[in-house]
Amino acid sequence: MTRVSEHLNHALHDLMETDPDVHLLGEDVSDPYGGAFKVTRGLSTRFGDRVRSTPLSEGAIAGVGAGLALAGRKAIVEIMFADFVALAFDQIVNFAAKSTAMYGRPVPIPLVVRCPSGGNRGYGPTHSQSPQKHFIGVPGLSLFEMTPFHDAGELFARMFALGRPCLFFEDKVLYTRRMYEGGVVDDLFRYEVAGDVARVRLDGVAEPDCAIVVHGGMVHRALDAMRVLLLEDDIACELLVPARLHPLPELPGLERARHVCVVEDGSEGGTWGAEVARVLHPRLWSSLRRPITLLSAADSVIPAAPHLEREVLVQSARIRDAIVEALS
Amino acid sequence: MTVTVPAPTGTTPSGARRTPPPEPEDLELLLLIRHFELTLLRLFEAGELSGTTHTCLGQEYIPVALSRLLGDDDFVLSNHRGHGHFLARHAEPYGLLAEIMGREGALCAGVGGSQHVYHRHFLSTGVQGESLPVATGVALALKGTGALACAYIGDGTWGEGAVYEALNMAQLWRVPLLVVVEHNGIAQSTPTAAQMSGRVAARAAAFDVLHHRVTSLEVGEIRTELAPLVAMVRQDSRPLVVEFATHRAGPHSKGDDTRSPEEIALAAAHDWYDRYARLFPEPFARIDRERRELVERIAAEVTARPPSAWERP
Repeated sequence: MTRVSEHLNHALHDLMETDPDVHLLGEDVSDPYGGAFKVTRGLSTRFGDRVRSTPLSEGAIAGVGAGLALAGRKAIVEIMFADFVALAFDQIVNFAAKSTAMYGRPVPIPLVVRCPSGGNRGYGPTHSQSPQKHFIGVPGLSLFEMTPFHDAGELFARMFALGRPCLFFEDKVLYTRRMYEGGVVDDLFRYEVAGDVARVRLDGVAEPDCAIVVHGGMVHRALDAMRVLLLEDDIACELLVPARLHPLPELPGLERARHVCVVEDGSEGGTWGAEVARVLHPRLWSSLRRPITLLSAADSVIPAAPHLEREVLVQSARIRDAIVEALS
Repeated sequence: MTVTVPAPTGTTPSGARRTPPPEPEDLELLLLIRHFELTLLRLFEAGELSGTTHTCLGQEYIPVALSRLLGDDDFVLSNHRGHGHFLARHAEPYGLLAEIMGREGALCAGVGGSQHVYHRHFLSTGVQGESLPVATGVALALKGTGALACAYIGDGTWGEGAVYEALNMAQLWRVPLLVVVEHNGIAQSTPTAAQMSGRVAARAAAFDVLHHRVTSLEVGEIRTELAPLVAMVRQDSRPLVVEFATHRAGPHSKGDDTRSPEEIALAAAHDWYDRYARLFPEPFARIDRERRELVERIAAEVTARPPSAWERP
């Protein structure tokens, strides 16, 4: 069994071993600390100067990463908590992303900004956000998110191959969860990964009552809801988990579902889910029986106290209730 | 840390008799940039240019002085006022004007325009302070190769936090970064005294970054003064802030000069153009005419070109 944080760590080790052009920067990423979530453990010992613990300067860290990329290297930048990526907004949006196009020809900027995101860990308002939505629709910028189904090494290779800056969100609740292996989620559900999208299904169900679309950090809450929906409400769901959040990859099989629901942990208003629905509505218009259900976190800061935090973020019971209501 | 070097020999505009004659190649480049900038202002008035432009009138000597201290492998990062930086780096006035005018042959297909040019190890971009972290990253990649990253900024740029984040890292990590500060005493319309507390030297010193202030306006003299320092940036792999005390003889962009006549006169009094015309009339008049006519031909030729084409990604 491999935890997601270990899997990411192995992927970074392999990446830096096979590609001497890769550099990694971030706050407290060096040994013996190895990063706030231990994802970079062992890298500085093994790869020396190519791994640098930095001052607390998110903007400049992103800029230095972009500079390395501009000079022909590849850079991975770790933002300790995704909330802090706001400090690097200018470098990511106005420099790294724009520079891929604003000089009239494609300029490669192979830069991956890793952003540990999400709540449900009691860290409070400035350490719990899912800020994906703030970066959607930035020309030249792609958004990816770790899932427990996707091979992280393949995702890093894919992001660097784009030659454009990418934000890579890693929901912190995933770090301690295991990577799924062998196409099996549990006794009920099976999964397959095709390109950017993981698809979780019940054996033998070709036309689910509902297809749920989520980002990686929402997988376990969605699976919990799917289990209860099946066993207690007799509603069969399938789950689609795109590792690339923007631009959205083709999501398979939705035409055969009776309903579509998009769930995310970003706060209400201008959300990733709304963007997913915007892409899906024209495609599914003739087969949709009702509007796509959008679930997001409340229009609220994320409280520290667990009982308050639970109320603000999307939990499995809310997913179940929303789907039952939509299908009733 | 401030480096002390012997006082320059001919620094003041009034110290005319001590002014050494510029080399013909330098005078040609100075006058090419001067006429390029004047032509832009004229094209604007004639409605031939769109958007905005920032000319470096009065400051041309800075990139000209630096041009021979930089090698092909060095990477230059420039800012909104970058035409002189570019022309001193690459003798490609046709491509630059085509870029500014959105014509065929543009360096960046007309997408970047005046403030966003990327061409052969020269990159300009338009957000203040943004380039210094990028320059630090480039310098990190160049460390140990003997090449350096050179970033032009202004005195106004020191209001941006990115400058300090970058200086800190550049010194911590000992990267070959040459920061050229064109301190012209005014940020768009705001005098430095109204927007900067303290001095650039003290700010560099706070990070243990080497600082050197240049008051000379003479290309050859500046080069002699800076050559050992730039060599040190390469050999010792360390950042250096070179602060030029300079004057913006023109407006911030087009016709937006709100300075008093006295202030404008003071800036003009430091302009190398009139002084060289007076002191070295023979080569000056000829080269001045040649460069003016050259830029006129360039402008006529580029204006007649078809619009640039861009294949959008």
